[in-house]
Amino acid sequence: MTTPRLLITAWPHLAERDSTPRIMWTVNLSLVPVIAAAIFYFGPSAVLVLAASLAGCLVTEWVFGSREALADGSAVITGILLGLCLPAGIPMWMAFVGGAFAIGFGKLVFGGLGQNIFNPALLGRAFLQAAFPVALTTWPVIRENWWALRGDNLALPLMSPQAVDVLTQATPLGLMKFEQQTTATWRLMIGMTGGSLGETAGIIILLCGAYLAWRNYLNWRIPVSIFATVAALATFTHAINPAYPGPMFMLFSGGLMIGAVYMATDMVTSPVTNRGCWLYGFGIGFLVVVIRLWGGLAEGVMYAILLMNALVPFINRATQPTVFGTRTVKAAS
Amino acid sequence: MAKRMKFSHGVHPPELKELTEREPIRRLPFPDEIVLPLSQHTGKPAKPLVAIGDRVQRGDMIAQADGFVSSPVHASAAGTVTAIELWPHPSGAFHEAIRIKVAPYDAQVPRKRIIPNWHGLSAEEIVDAVRRAGVVGLGGAAFPTHVKLVPPKDVTIDTVVINGCECEPYLTTDHRTMVEYPERVHLGTRLMLTTLGVDRAMIGVENNKPDAIERLRATIPDDLRERVTVHALTVKYPQGAEKMLIKSLLDREVPSGKLPMHVGVVVHNVASVATIAEVFETGLPLVERIVTVTGPGVVRPSNLIVPVGTKVRDLIAACGGFTETAREIVFGGPMMGAAQASTDVPVLKGTSGVIVLTDTEVKPQKAYPCIRCGHCLDACPVFLNPQILGQLAMYERYEEMNAHHLQDCMLCGCCGYTCPSNIPLTQLFALAKAQLRKQPQAA
Repeated sequence: MTTPRLLITAWPHLAERDSTPRIMWTVNLSLVPVIAAAIFYFGPSAVLVLAASLAGCLVTEWVFGSREALADGSAVITGILLGLCLPAGIPMWMAFVGGAFAIGFGKLVFGGLGQNIFNPALLGRAFLQAAFPVALTTWPVIRENWWALRGDNLALPLMSPQAVDVLTQATPLGLMKFEQQTTATWRLMIGMTGGSLGETAGIIILLCGAYLAWRNYLNWRIPVSIFATVAALATFTHAINPAYPGPMFMLFSGGLMIGAVYMATDMVTSPVTNRGCWLYGFGIGFLVVVIRLWGGLAEGVMYAILLMNALVPFINRATQPTVFGTRTVKAAS
Repeated sequence: MAKRMKFSHGVHPPELKELTEREPIRRLPFPDEIVLPLSQHTGKPAKPLVAIGDRVQRGDMIAQADGFVSSPVHASAAGTVTAIELWPHPSGAFHEAIRIKVAPYDAQVPRKRIIPNWHGLSAEEIVDAVRRAGVVGLGGAAFPTHVKLVPPKDVTIDTVVINGCECEPYLTTDHRTMVEYPERVHLGTRLMLTTLGVDRAMIGVENNKPDAIERLRATIPDDLRERVTVHALTVKYPQGAEKMLIKSLLDREVPSGKLPMHVGVVVHNVASVATIAEVFETGLPLVERIVTVTGPGVVRPSNLIVPVGTKVRDLIAACGGFTETAREIVFGGPMMGAAQASTDVPVLKGTSGVIVLTDTEVKPQKAYPCIRCGHCLDACPVFLNPQILGQLAMYERYEEMNAHHLQDCMLCGCCGYTCPSNIPLTQLFALAKAQLRKQPQAA
């Protein structure tokens, strides 16, 4: 009998087939329908904006991060998510800068994958919002001509964008907040409204999120907790003052869907404990309603999530699991 | 029993038992040489009673227990003692062992009963016989069985739990024992109920072994029918961990740092129970055991009865040898078993399985940074936070790990199994525990 060269490894000698790159790439794959919806509604502009923000993320990761990290798919997620929460008409160079900021200051300065406190894509968007407030709040309408650009996507850096013949409109939230107009819920659900690239198709995002939850790649407690909190608070405020929007409008308008399903559930920046996830979701939902109803902005999902990201270490600490056998002991019967 | 019997968390590794679960137990011819380490159990090693050149009969005590928490070692085959020296031990280190050259034409039958018939023995006499027979837990930890039969005076035991879960993938020793020797399980249970003076025994079996459950239920002796129950449990790792099993069967939580007896329970592995019956039946001490030799790396996976001290090379030869891609030998189950460096390592009393893995299973995995997915928290059956423990371990902040209940970790491997970033969490915790044991006063 020949004996092989024996190898010695530590137990467990079995491992689940999941791996970190597999999770990341699955999330990317699950975003394909959302991207498709964005392209369907916003045409070539969607492709350009997404490509630019993706390029910003990947180039930054490649230059300043570890090149191996490109393969794990996490920078791709950041690029896609950032692109999806930008308006279709934004110049490409701005999207690129946003992507670079997201990876550089959102992830790499903290030490790379797994070390960051804030969701990189949202940090990139927050930066863009501060730097280019006008470009970030110009929402092109859905056009008859699918091939037309929805804004001056090709503008050069630091040049004021040409006044392209573009019709703009306010988002449903803007209409609600500043002009007291509501939008039909069905339009919100299928995304026939103004808004960022990926935030308009609520139903599609929900379905993709359900798939990820089924694969256990996102903690379903976070979106469920956010939805429940927002719906409950909106029902309450709507009952008190009918001028405030009802729960369905609150759930399907603005970035709540993509924020709750894809941004808040980012594993790195959300709590590790299940109890913590409920609390975190509640916090986000609460802040969203407060900002939307009483804040100066029409939309509050981004800041709500970033704020709760900052609290995650405290949430984790406060919600440590109760170790087996440390509860009050049941007397032996 | 409307309530569903379960414990929380845990993982679902592939069962992989189909390789051997229908293989009847085979008996091997005696090997040429037997190696019996003096440390085959938890507790102090035994003290040798023989010298080089001595002739020994099968069943002779060749090393005696050193204290109460210790266990004697018996010659598992007739032959000549050729050496008492350091020999590779399944724990990975070298340990003192007695080597016996087996006499090829010896009858291998002892002259007279060494262990008396149990009929008419008092509880103390039964415990003493179990102690002298060198019976230890056969599930892996090899804790001397007689110690568990004499609980301290300040605890009251109300239930004996017989562990037939066999939740580790691949292994089928307990399964085959229950299918082929259910009467022994019941006799062993009867003896335990007698010695402990307890009214109730519960046998827990994972429900992936319906034939074992059926056989056990069908063979309960009439007078035990009121007192012994067989329970089908969900298939989940680590169902067979003492604390988890007690939680599933009785919904009692063993307090942190305490033992099952503190909630009125004694847990015995089903193979140990059957062995107690076996030593009284045959009159021989514990000299042989059932081992599953399996895995994709052996040609003919089998369940074998072998003398304790048989070298693993003899086992694998009896199973048709290694396959081309064989790469790693694991003693015990794949979740908690230890890899072996040599084929000279002998089977101990507590070796329930020998698993040979191939290149496919042991392919090195790249470790990624922790992405805080929280899967390890959902896996840990004792509700630890392996995520934070793992980070502390990487920075060697071992004392802080104690504050996060490191000592409640039973190294079951669930966290390491589930981690998508392939962080060797279980290994880190084992290391941390070892470091803390080394310097208990440092704080």
